[in-house]
Amino acid sequence: MADGAVQATGPRRARLVVLIPYVWLVAFFLVPFLIVLKISLSQTAIAQPPYVPVFDPAADWEGLKQFLAALSFENYAFIGSDWLYLASYLKSLEVAAVSTALLLVVGFPLAYGMARAPRRWQPALFMLIVLPFWTSFLIRIYAWVNILQRDGLLNQLLLALRIVDEPPAWLSTDTAVYIGIVYSYLPFMVLPIYATLERMDESLIEAAADLGCPRWKAFWLVTLPLSLPGVMAGALLCFIPIVGEFVIPDLLGSSQTMMIGQTLWTEFFANKDWPVASAVAAVLLCLLVVPTVIYQQVQTRNLERGR
Amino acid sequence: MGSSDTRNDPTARDVRRAFAPWADPGARPLLRFDGVSKRFSGLAAVEGVSLDIFAGEFFALLGPSGCGKTTLLRLLAGFETLDEGRILLDGEDIAAVPPYRRPVNMMFQSYALFPHLTVEGNVAFGLKQEGLPKNEIAARVAEMLALVKLDGLGKRKPHQLSGGQRQRVALARSLAKRPRILLLDEPLAALDKKLRGETQFELMNLQEKLGLTFIIVTHDQQEAMIVADRIGLMDHGRLIQVATPPEIYEQPNSRWVADFIGEVNLIEGRVVETGAGGSIVASAAAGRLRASASAEAKTGDTVWVALRPEKVRITREPPAAATDNCVAGQVRNIGYLGDLSIYQVRLDNGFVIKAALANMTRLIERPIGWDDQVWLSWTPEAAVVLTR
Repeated sequence: MADGAVQATGPRRARLVVLIPYVWLVAFFLVPFLIVLKISLSQTAIAQPPYVPVFDPAADWEGLKQFLAALSFENYAFIGSDWLYLASYLKSLEVAAVSTALLLVVGFPLAYGMARAPRRWQPALFMLIVLPFWTSFLIRIYAWVNILQRDGLLNQLLLALRIVDEPPAWLSTDTAVYIGIVYSYLPFMVLPIYATLERMDESLIEAAADLGCPRWKAFWLVTLPLSLPGVMAGALLCFIPIVGEFVIPDLLGSSQTMMIGQTLWTEFFANKDWPVASAVAAVLLCLLVVPTVIYQQVQTRNLERGR
Repeated sequence: MGSSDTRNDPTARDVRRAFAPWADPGARPLLRFDGVSKRFSGLAAVEGVSLDIFAGEFFALLGPSGCGKTTLLRLLAGFETLDEGRILLDGEDIAAVPPYRRPVNMMFQSYALFPHLTVEGNVAFGLKQEGLPKNEIAARVAEMLALVKLDGLGKRKPHQLSGGQRQRVALARSLAKRPRILLLDEPLAALDKKLRGETQFELMNLQEKLGLTFIIVTHDQQEAMIVADRIGLMDHGRLIQVATPPEIYEQPNSRWVADFIGEVNLIEGRVVETGAGGSIVASAAAGRLRASASAEAKTGDTVWVALRPEKVRITREPPAAATDNCVAGQVRNIGYLGDLSIYQVRLDNGFVIKAALANMTRLIERPIGWDDQVWLSWTPEAAVVLTR
């Protein structure tokens, strides 16, 4: 139906249709980002809103000049000078990198098993992966708090099986954060990999065997290289949001080392320092642009390849 | 290329014509299927197939889809395991040999080219598994690409090639390891008709030039007739008839074979007389019929007389010496195929016989038209008696 409308009214209408997502992006992404950027160049103040200067659209040319003169990069200099922020960024990148690696180790075999399972089981397995989404993310993380606390399910099990004598502390450790992240992001790793493996022609493996490859070698020379686009997609789909993750480290992690999401939250809600919080967010965005661009390029290349 | 060689070299031509190891009881087969059966969840895909294939042969497995021909090929390649029987290569049972060690290579119907490798990478894949030195691999890849006329395209990826070129890469890749037997699973099914015709002759030339044994699986009877030295006709997992293309066309062993290969008229009747000189069959549809001799039919048996349309003569006047094998009727339908026209002639009793006539003159001058009264006649040698 959309096609018909485009054909009937010509390319002008088609351009209008393309315009809709652009309007959306400008209104709900670019404008808010510009506001955040502007706030990051302001100074904190005890006022409403809690920063100066405030942009006055009714001001004249002189007023605009004053407004621009009042903006500065002070907050960025502050972030750069305080070790707390740098440590937060590094911690976030470290957690994201380690979690992505763990997710790959857990997710790839899962995806491979799903893709190799009999056809009629695959919808059920697919559902099992997606099913946790039906419960609130927050509730699932609170469930982990329950499982991991000192007298929680995990320690009860370990004690009952006599694996440990003293219940170890899980909660408020990096281990707990990793458990929470791997659990929450697993579908984002499994599904893209499954998608590439599932549409792979089975006869490619037979062809490799026919040409002298034992099974493990065929996996290495054919299956793995062909699944790389899915692996890349899954890794980036996990890595990017994990860097900015707030809820999981806040509920499961320790308060000693904070991830950047927690730092941002503290600045914004505890310190009421909107300008510094905005600067932290702007730097985080710049950090994440790099992997996002990589992801886009991978996607474009796959599209060009027609697969 | 190969055909011109043959034409210039009379000895090669004689060799080709005399190539019939299956007729020599002393000849040792290269490959023997011995009572091979394969079931998929209780359903027989291949049932008791015994077959000898000889070195240098171009053998076609022909049959409708689902007849088990591809399964037989996959059993040989090692992708499926046997339920019963043995497969002997050079007299040795290959049941325990995994697919990656069998000296046979397969060209897949989907081509199964590795999309992440270049054309050269694809052709070199099998050679690398053998651990050949680099320069030897490069030389062999170049040789293979030249063989299939793809020189200069070695650096391309499969998705940058046309369907016909991809087919050639698949062929080059399966030939690169110099297999004892090359298995071709519907190799030309994805090509358009014209290209398919050309490629059929190229396959034959290639097979002759390399002196390899080819086994092709196809559902296209014309393709099987063109390329193969012998055809194995399969249906419902069983091998129905194994013979050379002329034999299978002229001496089908059953109604099913006669009907599957080309067009045929089948006239039911009862054997009245049988001997070395020929058989006489009494039919309700076309009266007394003289047919060629049959070893199996006995007097009194119910049989079918098979008659190819192109062997039926169609005339407006009754033939001069008309006794048996001559019926009168009316043209009900004419199927114009360009080179041939198929006439459907209805006899007075309602039975329809098809007769093919080569269109040697142009259409405007067609001597016989719709609703014309015509006579159909044929020689006793043209009619074959089938007992099944």
